[in-house]
Amino acid sequence: MEPDSRTRWRCRRGMLENDWLLGQFLAQGYAQLDQEGRDAFERLLDYPDNVLLDVVMGRQTTVDDGIARLVPALRAAAAAETAP
Amino acid sequence: MNLTRRKFDALIIGAGGAGLRAALQLSNGDAKVAVVSKVFPTRSHTVAAQGGVNAALANVLPDSWHWHMFDTVKGSDYLGDQDAIEYMCRAASKVVYELDHFGVPFSRLDNGNIYQRAFGGQSQNFGQDQAARTCAAADRTGHAILHSLYQQNLRARTHFFDEYFAVDLLRDEQGFVLGVLAFEILTGEPIVIEAKTTLIATGGAGQLFRTTTNALINTGDGMAMALRAGVPLEDMEFVQFHPTGIAGRGMLITEGARGEGGFLVNADGERFMERYAPRAKDLASRDVVSRSIATEVREGRGCGRNRDHVLLDLRHLGADAIRHRLPGIREASMTFLGVDPIEAPIPVFPTCHYSMGGIPTNRFGQVVAPVKDTPEDPVPGLYAAGEAACVSVHGANRLGGNSLLDILVFGRAAANHILEYLRENHYHRPLDETAVEQAMARLTRWDRKDPGDGSSEQVEPLKRELRKVMEDHCSVFRTDEVMREGVEKVRALRERLNHAVIADHSATFNTARVEAMELENLMDCAIATIRSALGREESRGAHSRIDFPDRDDQHWLKHSLYSLADDSLDYKPVRTQPNTVPSFPPKERVY
Repeated sequence: MEPDSRTRWRCRRGMLENDWLLGQFLAQGYAQLDQEGRDAFERLLDYPDNVLLDVVMGRQTTVDDGIARLVPALRAAAAAETAP
Repeated sequence: MNLTRRKFDALIIGAGGAGLRAALQLSNGDAKVAVVSKVFPTRSHTVAAQGGVNAALANVLPDSWHWHMFDTVKGSDYLGDQDAIEYMCRAASKVVYELDHFGVPFSRLDNGNIYQRAFGGQSQNFGQDQAARTCAAADRTGHAILHSLYQQNLRARTHFFDEYFAVDLLRDEQGFVLGVLAFEILTGEPIVIEAKTTLIATGGAGQLFRTTTNALINTGDGMAMALRAGVPLEDMEFVQFHPTGIAGRGMLITEGARGEGGFLVNADGERFMERYAPRAKDLASRDVVSRSIATEVREGRGCGRNRDHVLLDLRHLGADAIRHRLPGIREASMTFLGVDPIEAPIPVFPTCHYSMGGIPTNRFGQVVAPVKDTPEDPVPGLYAAGEAACVSVHGANRLGGNSLLDILVFGRAAANHILEYLRENHYHRPLDETAVEQAMARLTRWDRKDPGDGSSEQVEPLKRELRKVMEDHCSVFRTDEVMREGVEKVRALRERLNHAVIADHSATFNTARVEAMELENLMDCAIATIRSALGREESRGAHSRIDFPDRDDQHWLKHSLYSLADDSLDYKPVRTQPNTVPSFPPKERVY
């Protein structure tokens, strides 16, 4: 399922790093999520920007198993586009 | 027109640090305040500020507001207004202690005082030893400030219009600004927000350039609204670039990488900085390194598929040194590029970081323009603060730690002036319905359908082209010829934007419409930036021209003013006279 507009807008963040991470995931990983994954993604978007970045970068762990399961896919999507 | 209407004493557009600091002051002053923000407030770009806030607290080393003032004037390459700079540096300690009381968890010394770190451009005794002036909450000062201010505003009952997009200011025939037309992104419903005073605090326009550290939201919305309302923009040619952003992405690779011994190479594998700066090489000043990179690319020695960047090589430092001394840089490179700098060099290009220019204001936050007799008549009812504004405390070049200070000091100062204004202006002026209709026309213009004859343009490709044109013609490699060509290209893109349509015409969460209107804002900021840059025939601070390599105080110690209505440039003098101390006259800027 493709992300709806609201989810897309919630991926507009205060930091470019998060814009990139979330934007890449919307383009390459989101469609493969099941309902549980989509719910976890919405919970991830509730995080403040710095926490979101730390969790995805692996600098901070989360007790939310659903979000933890998303992290590898987010990282894979972020680096999927080849370097220029 | 049958539209939803709300009335407030004060309206703030933008919910970053400047907007929230102003809102808090106003709510605590019993004004009825509304804040309009296109994203949820704590997702504003202030959250990305890592460095800290400058204030001469003298907790670590001796310090004084006057030394801070000297450093700021010198850092501005003498283009900063010295009355505003004095005001800011004197107010700094107070705003930092206020933040402390609001709950910002500043890093501490063992004695309990606020810790202060040393940043570039800070000195003791007017240019002598290094000072330590920057107060920080670890490496997330902006985040801490934004969240504390938001919580304080909730407590003070500030009214938030979250995820509302401001379309245009509403101005009457006498020139009073009476609020804004906005729409709710969720429903698409337009709303007229009437206010006795309006403060623009929408941040910068870093999305003007293809390579930028700025978040996607930084599209110069407030600056463009001011332009369309007849207010010129000041000093838009001054845009701060950092030499090493991740190519194609924008994120910053700090100087630390070169400080540890990393060096830049071109497509021939040459350490080209040895040619441009034989002594300092890769550690030459930011503008020199930025321009050298751009020159290499322009002359065909760029790397990669499109030969549009150079490489930052760290491999010779060894895996251990990279892992232990540059872990953040390695992490960023691996995350955003999939490149491990232990094994391969990092593609880099100069990245846009900060707009020194913006909406001209005085030190009370009032927007000033050549309305009647002087170049600085207040526009009644209109204020601006933060990166959207040009007070001007940063002049031609901003010092690290002064941007968070700017938003706090002038957000607060603007609110104090608004409270005074409200004491004397009890009633709303009648709204000019023509202004509402004009703003609505800008909104409904995007209802236009694709005629299907192949004449229409799309928003996303136009945005990509604009950012590339600005990067190629107005970033760090500036000559008359390059920028003249750029002006024509931007004008052509603006013309093409008139033919743009969007495919989505739904009412709810129509982000295509928001993005189209953001592009309109970027286009207006782009023409202001490149026209101002072409006009200024000297090099000063961040504005560095190859054909005019020197600062020229005799002809150019003045602020640029670009007006959209007649596409014209004008100039006004720099305020060289501080409030209570002698002026710092221009000198050669050496560190």
